[in-house]
Amino acid sequence: MPDLGPVLLSLHLAAVTTVILLVIGVPLAYWLATTKARLKPVVEAVTALPLVLPPTVIGFYLLILMNPSAPLGSAWVSLTGGTLSFSFAALVFASAIYSLPFMVQPLQSAFEAVGRGPMEAAATLRASRLDAVWNVLLPQSARGILTACVLTFAHTIGEFGVVLMVGGNIPERTRVISIAIYEHVESVEYTEAHILSAGLLIFSFVTLVGVYALNRSYRLRVS
Amino acid sequence: MSADRLSLDIALTRKTFSLKVREDVALAGVTAVFGPSGSGKTTLLRAIAGLETGGEGRISFGETVWQDSAAGVFVPAHKRAVAYVFQDARLFSHLDVRGNLDFAAKRALQAGRIPDTDAAIAAFGIGELLERHAVSLSGGESRRVALARAVLSCPDLMLLDEPLNGLDRAARRKILPFLKSLAEHSGCPVLYVSHDLEEVAALASSIVVMEAGRVLANGPVAEIGRSLDLGPLSEGAEPASLIEAKVTRIDSDSGLMALEAGGETLLLPTVPWAREAEKLRLFIDARDVAIAVERPGPMSIRNVLPARVGRIVSSDTAADALVDLSIGGELIRAQITRHALSELHLETGQEVFALMKSVRLAGDFR
Repeated sequence: MPDLGPVLLSLHLAAVTTVILLVIGVPLAYWLATTKARLKPVVEAVTALPLVLPPTVIGFYLLILMNPSAPLGSAWVSLTGGTLSFSFAALVFASAIYSLPFMVQPLQSAFEAVGRGPMEAAATLRASRLDAVWNVLLPQSARGILTACVLTFAHTIGEFGVVLMVGGNIPERTRVISIAIYEHVESVEYTEAHILSAGLLIFSFVTLVGVYALNRSYRLRVS
Repeated sequence: MSADRLSLDIALTRKTFSLKVREDVALAGVTAVFGPSGSGKTTLLRAIAGLETGGEGRISFGETVWQDSAAGVFVPAHKRAVAYVFQDARLFSHLDVRGNLDFAAKRALQAGRIPDTDAAIAAFGIGELLERHAVSLSGGESRRVALARAVLSCPDLMLLDEPLNGLDRAARRKILPFLKSLAEHSGCPVLYVSHDLEEVAALASSIVVMEAGRVLANGPVAEIGRSLDLGPLSEGAEPASLIEAKVTRIDSDSGLMALEAGGETLLLPTVPWAREAEKLRLFIDARDVAIAVERPGPMSIRNVLPARVGRIVSSDTAADALVDLSIGGELIRAQITRHALSELHLETGQEVFALMKSVRLAGDFR
């Protein structure tokens, strides 16, 4: 039986990343869904970059940023006393950037699908913008929000390259499930690698079936 | 009912369309904003509600300034005490009917108003629908819920954008009484956008006529109707006339009532809500009016009135011609074939008889 530490660490990392990205993603996606600013395509492109860049590119730049002599790294040192690179915080930071499109894009589509109509109706019923977002837009986008969270969670569990570069392979701190599998394979511990890999495969498959089923029944309901 | 003033001086430019309105509108009861589609009615209504941010100029309602671009003032929609009923109702799809009503009532309460949910439910006959999901309602039902929701917002001004659009005649007939009593239930003036002259005739006491982004006329319906030919502005509608007539006698034996218009008497099937000495608006389709140069002999048509021929409109391309007939000063339009026009030798100023096959009460969609 393989050590369950990496599994728990992965779940912990995915949960923290999802919560952080939800907080950042909702306002960002709302802005993207409603803005007429010229800057919009630029921001959309930046948001989508993690989809096309090799994880090594993101990992490389993050490592440079997190170095204690770099602005981000030194700020972290003066705030917490520890170094950022090769810590759990570094994993969260990297995952939040790497999984950003998986949160923002479904949210943006959901907000765009709701459209201006219900928001205008809310405004003419004395609801402020914030009130309308909280009580109309978000409830009407509930399925999109759930999809975004599930995809973000699953994608964070599945990442490897960025995590390896900024986190390394420190048991209980940065050794997540994908890295544990890599190490088991390297050490020819195929039984352990099988258990973790099959577990991840089943988890990902079930998650995706859930997401597609959710969106399918949603479309049916609307039409 | 208080008479509020809406002062508009706004300009708004879009790619294919510009709105330029400088008008003082006296609001009491229902005021129709009437014109063909694309004339800027909805845009004007949205500007008043604060949903159009692109406009320049000034909008004030009574003493309250809602927009003054020169002074950098733009009160956002949620701080204007208006309620807006959209063409597509726009009920909140994540809530049931009661949730939709409560959404409005809760925020009205927070604004210091006193919404009466039970009264609104009763007034719009939606008691049966409360637990229903908003998306499961029929077109007519969702309009009624939208109207009740707007009333529960306790606005100072009610804005309605073609709330009968897309409904069949049966559904319209069902909603019309609710619209009639809307000004009463909401206790505030109503601006009612419509491209349907008959709806306007049935509901409104005054009218703002729009065409191509401009206001053509603004005043009491009867007055504007006499001075301005509204027919061509009424979209896709067959030519028709709208006159006001006073009920002089109701005869329950024959089921008929007598109405007086232009000094002449018209006979119509009576309706339950008709009262003696009350003024009703009548709608006469031009196709239902025939012309005789001499008084015809005994016949089934009841309404045969002496008339004087006014303007005659005919073109070489259409089989039909339109003839304006004046009956004691009231204008009634007849649609006859060009063939008949030339055979009868009709000329402006000629004395004839108007035979009206059918006269109906405006808004009595039957």
